[in-house]
Amino acid sequence: MLEQRILAELKNIVGSDNVATDRQDLICYGYDATQMEFLPDAVVHPGSADEVARVLKLSNREKFPVFPRGAGSGFTGGALPKGGGIVLVVTRLNRILRIDTENLVAEVEPGVVTEQFQIAVEKLGLFYPPDPASLKFSTLGGNVAENAGGPRCVKYGVTRDFVMGLEVVLPTGETIRTGGETYKGVVGYDLTRLLCGSEGTLGVITKIIFKLLPLPEAKKTMLTVFDSIDGAAKAVSTIIGGKIIPTTLEFMDYATLQCVEKRFNLGIPASGRAVLLIEVDGDRDLIEKQADRIQELIAPLGLVECKVAKDAAESEALWKVRRLVSPSLRDVNPDKFNEDIVVPRSKVPDVIRVIEKIQQKYDIPIVNFGHAGDGNIHVNVMIDKSVPGQEEKAHEAIAEVFQAALDLNGTMSGEHGVGLAKQPYIHLELKPEQVAAMQAIKKALDPNNILNPGKMFPLG
Amino acid sequence: MSEKDFKTDALKRVEQELKKCVKCGACRAHCPAFAAFGKEPAVARGKVALCQHLLKGDIELDDATYAAMSKCLLCGSCVEKCPNDVPTDEIVMVAREALARQRGLTTFHAAVGRVIRNRSLMKFGAAAARVLGPLFFRKVPETSGLRLRFPLPFVGGKRHIPPLAKTPFLERHPEVIPGEPGKPRIVFFVGCMTNFCYPQVGEATLALFRHLGCTVIIPKNQQCCGLPGMSGGDLETVRGLAEKNLAELERYEADYIMTACATCGGALHKFYPNLVGKRHPDLAARLQAIAAKTVDAAQLLQKLGLNPEETGAGGDVRITYHDPCHLRTRSITRQPRELLAGTPGVELTEMEGADRCCGLGGTFNVYHYDTSMQINAAKSDAIIRTGATAVVTGCPGCMMQLSDGLKQRGSAVKVVHTVEVLARKLRR
Ligand SMILES: Cc1cc2nc3c(=O)[nH]c(=O)nc-3n(C[C@H](O)[C@H](O)[C@H](O)COP(=O)(O)OP(=O)(O)OC[C@H]3O[C@@H](n4cnc5c(N)ncnc54)[C@H](O)[C@@H]3O)c2cc1C
Ligand code: SF4
Ligand code: SF4
Repeated sequence: MLEQRILAELKNIVGSDNVATDRQDLICYGYDATQMEFLPDAVVHPGSADEVARVLKLSNREKFPVFPRGAGSGFTGGALPKGGGIVLVVTRLNRILRIDTENLVAEVEPGVVTEQFQIAVEKLGLFYPPDPASLKFSTLGGNVAENAGGPRCVKYGVTRDFVMGLEVVLPTGETIRTGGETYKGVVGYDLTRLLCGSEGTLGVITKIIFKLLPLPEAKKTMLTVFDSIDGAAKAVSTIIGGKIIPTTLEFMDYATLQCVEKRFNLGIPASGRAVLLIEVDGDRDLIEKQADRIQELIAPLGLVECKVAKDAAESEALWKVRRLVSPSLRDVNPDKFNEDIVVPRSKVPDVIRVIEKIQQKYDIPIVNFGHAGDGNIHVNVMIDKSVPGQEEKAHEAIAEVFQAALDLNGTMSGEHGVGLAKQPYIHLELKPEQVAAMQAIKKALDPNNILNPGKMFPLG
Repeated sequence: MSEKDFKTDALKRVEQELKKCVKCGACRAHCPAFAAFGKEPAVARGKVALCQHLLKGDIELDDATYAAMSKCLLCGSCVEKCPNDVPTDEIVMVAREALARQRGLTTFHAAVGRVIRNRSLMKFGAAAARVLGPLFFRKVPETSGLRLRFPLPFVGGKRHIPPLAKTPFLERHPEVIPGEPGKPRIVFFVGCMTNFCYPQVGEATLALFRHLGCTVIIPKNQQCCGLPGMSGGDLETVRGLAEKNLAELERYEADYIMTACATCGGALHKFYPNLVGKRHPDLAARLQAIAAKTVDAAQLLQKLGLNPEETGAGGDVRITYHDPCHLRTRSITRQPRELLAGTPGVELTEMEGADRCCGLGGTFNVYHYDTSMQINAAKSDAIIRTGATAVVTGCPGCMMQLSDGLKQRGSAVKVVHTVEVLARKLRR
């Protein structure tokens, strides 16, 4: 519990309407998309970077933890106030400060919703590619803090690749700027890249400078069905080997197809064992040629069906197949653990085969889909938590899945981060010396362990 | 009953639904209450979480719960977009029922209940003015002409309100208006707003179905659909009304039960069937039967093959169409647009966010009038930006809210119902 006097100071900083302590408010800021729950002692909604800095100074003086939060759509519990303290909600900082069409940069506050930013730049003929599936509700601050990715990342890269500079309030309350507005810059350590993906443990992001691209003229979508998972995987490397980098190479395995078909009856051929959703973008003439070339390249690889969208409506219809995946998973089992391993893209069939074995060993359904273009696979372990023992089994299975990814030179998580959910597993990927180096950085910047304590690494 | 019983008794009914929410946050992109208030207790996910905790018993039906539950327009936008089919609108209604039973109805909602309960629509207007008038007079400034003409329970405050019709629609026509043999028999559920404020909507609807040769039956003792009561958690009153309407609607053999009010349609089609639990299977089956027959006027006109070239005329008007929530969430978005686009002289321009709630939200606008108008302001701007001379919609409730917003903006854009455009040539 926070003392009244501290609450009074918080109210003094952000205004009394922006400090909430009713149990109802605490509940509403105690969850995220992991479905774990920890109640904070108070919820604070700062309205400026200066207020953020003053809150952090106070928290250092009084030694209470601060948990930064955007939209609370995180999949690993990064924003959850485990152990108590205050949740610092940055969504009132939600202005797009400027979009510079000459230098192709934009400056925004962290609470701007990803899609709102995309719409704003697209109106000016510009393009901000990172497209996490949560883009309609996630915040840009959350995207930077988690280094979010999405389907378009095969071609364009992840959030980090678009961050040129930041304004950050350090855990001790000092405000610094990192990076800048120039494409080049080598003076000092690259703190910008360090902060991207730091999960709110090294500073509160209060401004972001993004790099923008010209908006591609058009895009072309195809839905391709293969008679084997190897065919689909081979298609990915053949397309890229053929010197075409599609915007999107989304993949769905047989288990996923069955789920979607059972619920929505989309008419995917019964002999289909894997689906690739392929999209190319660029100049109109160029993408027509690329689409033809892709069809030539993949035809010999066990292609069962290939649908090419003629217009935006047809493209949307093809994307629907991918979008219906999540809603149809519930039919398999009510609860899911959604992991997001990455392997080198040629290793996708290998890892899927290992996962099939793991699934048989533990006798729980595992459904795989994701971004084949960069080897990022969403591994969904489907269980019913009300069945005793299933949750434990799921955790064992997940550890084996992670190990499989690591054995193939991959990583445990490509997008969702560590937070609380993946902490028990990080020793599988990181050596003690690596963890020690990271913790040394944390300790240097946050000597009182005020900011998002207990995330990424266990407390203490 | 103790307080705990109120909570669990009501919320148990939605226990399974509550479990479906995975807290993904997708509703943050679609909830108009969240867009206006900006804080998590206002969003569907927050309300669901609070109901889960109510059921667990670790929060009470107190002021903070009340405040959160009041911030819902029952628009169903979250339900439509929720990947897990969480029916937050129904969940909120159940929570409001628990709140109402525990805390007693608020003065306003109790008054709404007194008016809409046990009264046929015929007598409703007078009763509304008598019972609710004084309540609103306290909120309306001394100088306002509104003090003299407060018409309906869900209208109040500073808003521009439509004047009461001299002769309500239901008093103008016989109960059965025979059509051609072999043509469909239609029961017309009129609704309060059409009856008292927009009788021209009733007239246009009637003219169109008569043009198609249908027999139109307008049961005299139909009641308010009850949605204003439902919105306030007064489910007892709503159940009573539902039963009365049921008896009235069952009196005639009919192929369809038709309404030109999206809200009434939503009540009959979507909310009535969920009113009674497993304890009354017979009643539930009867409500289900009514729901299955309930159609929206535009939906039915299209189905019966209305040719708007014969009946409608725009006289070169540029219009834009607003989707009422209670049509949109029943997937009735295409039919009115197609009919309107086929009307001579009409040019349909889409506004930005046609599918966004107008902000009325049952009785939401009474408690959160300023927020309701803030939501509405974006709507008004979008309408004005299209350059349309009229905004067309399928719900008299939306008509009132849209008129209010546009008038406050000083705009001359007219607000009309779809059927009015479609029936323009049929005018006497
Ligand atoms: C349906 C669904 C689909 C998703 N799809 C994807 C996907 O395709 N790709 C992907 O990468 N992720 C995805 N996610 C995960 C999630 O949306 C992303 O991690 C997103 O970036 C989180 O943003 P947020 O605003 O919700 O952040 P929150 O969940 O609120 O916070 C996430 C982390 O960021 C920190 N943080 C937030 N704001 C700041 C700030 N201003 N300064 C410092 N730290 C901050 C928090 O402390 C926390 O550690 C998905 C989630 C859902 C529910
Ligand atoms: S109500 Fe639906 S959309 Fe909202 S958080 Fe729950 S599951 Fe997600
Ligand atoms: S019904 Fe409408 S206002 Fe209520 S929670 Fe859902 S989206 Fe929000």
